[in-house]
Amino acid sequence: MEVSRRTFVKCTLAGGAGLSAFGFDLKPVYAQTQALKIDRTSETRSTCPYCSVSCGVIIHTLSDKGKNSTPQVVHVEGDPDHPINRGTLCPKGASLEQDIVNERRLLKPQVRRPGSDHWEDISWDQATSEIARLIKRTRDETFIEKDANGRTVNRCEGIAWAGGCTDTNELNYLAVKAMRSMGVVYFETQARV
Amino acid sequence: MATEQTLQIKEISAHRGPVPGSGAVRELEVAKLVDVTTCIGCKACEVACVEWNDHPFRETVFDNTYQTMPTTEWNYYNLIKFSETQRDDGSLMWLMRKDQCMHCADPGCLRACPSDGAIVQYTNGIVDFNQENCIGCQYCISGCPFNIPKFNQTTKKVHKCTLCSDRVGAGLEPACIKACPTGCLHFGTKQDMLQIANARASQLRDDALFPLPNAGVYDPQSIGGTHVIYVLHDITKPEAYGGLPANPRIPPSYVIWKYLAKPIGLFIALMGLLAVFFHYIFTGPRLSQPEPTVEREEQL
Repeated sequence: MEVSRRTFVKCTLAGGAGLSAFGFDLKPVYAQTQALKIDRTSETRSTCPYCSVSCGVIIHTLSDKGKNSTPQVVHVEGDPDHPINRGTLCPKGASLEQDIVNERRLLKPQVRRPGSDHWEDISWDQATSEIARLIKRTRDETFIEKDANGRTVNRCEGIAWAGGCTDTNELNYLAVKAMRSMGVVYFETQARV
Repeated sequence: MATEQTLQIKEISAHRGPVPGSGAVRELEVAKLVDVTTCIGCKACEVACVEWNDHPFRETVFDNTYQTMPTTEWNYYNLIKFSETQRDDGSLMWLMRKDQCMHCADPGCLRACPSDGAIVQYTNGIVDFNQENCIGCQYCISGCPFNIPKFNQTTKKVHKCTLCSDRVGAGLEPACIKACPTGCLHFGTKQDMLQIANARASQLRDDALFPLPNAGVYDPQSIGGTHVIYVLHDITKPEAYGGLPANPRIPPSYVIWKYLAKPIGLFIALMGLLAVFFHYIFTGPRLSQPEPTVEREEQL
């Protein structure tokens, strides 16, 4: 069988085309996993705000907090160095990112007046002065100087204080001082730590 | 990266004594261990999974259990299956099992997939979908013995649990494992997880107060083992845990198609093309022949 130069070239070309048509790809195959979304985020340690267990969390924010960047929370997960939860979280704590990045998150003081059916926006100044006025009025109305046996008690039973688990030692110290000075006895810091 | 191996020295020139690190075996296969006996059904793993994968918090479906929805969804990779069963003495058993991709050693989805590079299996055992190569044929869905891959009708792509390959690749544990508050979920090398699982199963069998004689480890060998292993109260009845198959198998039609029908078909097609080609080279195209006038004259 004589194979001419022309036939040989034809065979090579057609064979190569046939092979590549049948899926013989000589390029190496690369498999790449999805990029880690918390690779270079800033990590901030914090406390879960829900229950009194006070689990430690790490809040991952976009960017390294340089001058020209606006950090945004991209992920929240448990803090493995925290002695209480050691990195674990409950379903509420695991959803903390949605607590922060949420269009329904409350960012300004609001008030619902007695008998009203809606919340209205007020300024911080108005909120603090109204709270102060209400505390003064309630304390004046419900202050008990002496009990039924004539003993001096000096207590205010019309006000109660409920703390939150993210309150620090310092905040709780100030709260105790302020509330006890007004005679508040229904006092709860939610401190379990 | 955990999927990359750092270079290990095999020989050193003019070096007296043994090569440092020789004979060391690097265990690369990872596994999740789910100890269903300590699961309290809090669903922290579900929420952590949704949060890590940036899936929206979607509507749930109530079907008279505490289960979030009947099956996993394309944007809900991880589901606690709640099932109520009876023991032999008639008392109630409330079983909770974390249902997600099992990351089989012999994955049915990968066997069934006809698209180049849509499904990959890493050396550490993770089976991952690359949606950019997915053609939306859904063969993987019918190839899976655990009914895990789910189709997104909008993008026409199939999704499933990635075993957080992005986190594992960076040396972190998967999001569900990290969240679990009771410690019923563990993560590590397959070898370590099997050891912990077997120790826990024997502890359950030998318990003085409440022994579970049938406690065992679910690591089905019919698909070469899985990279998600369970410790079950009763290894003889895995179906009670929300339909965990006792003997999962890749559907035989896929094996026949993949390893027999498809290669034979391709071979026949290739042979046909080759025959056409060589016919063209050696016989050439059929041209219109001129009238053999000379021969006729000779005959006459």
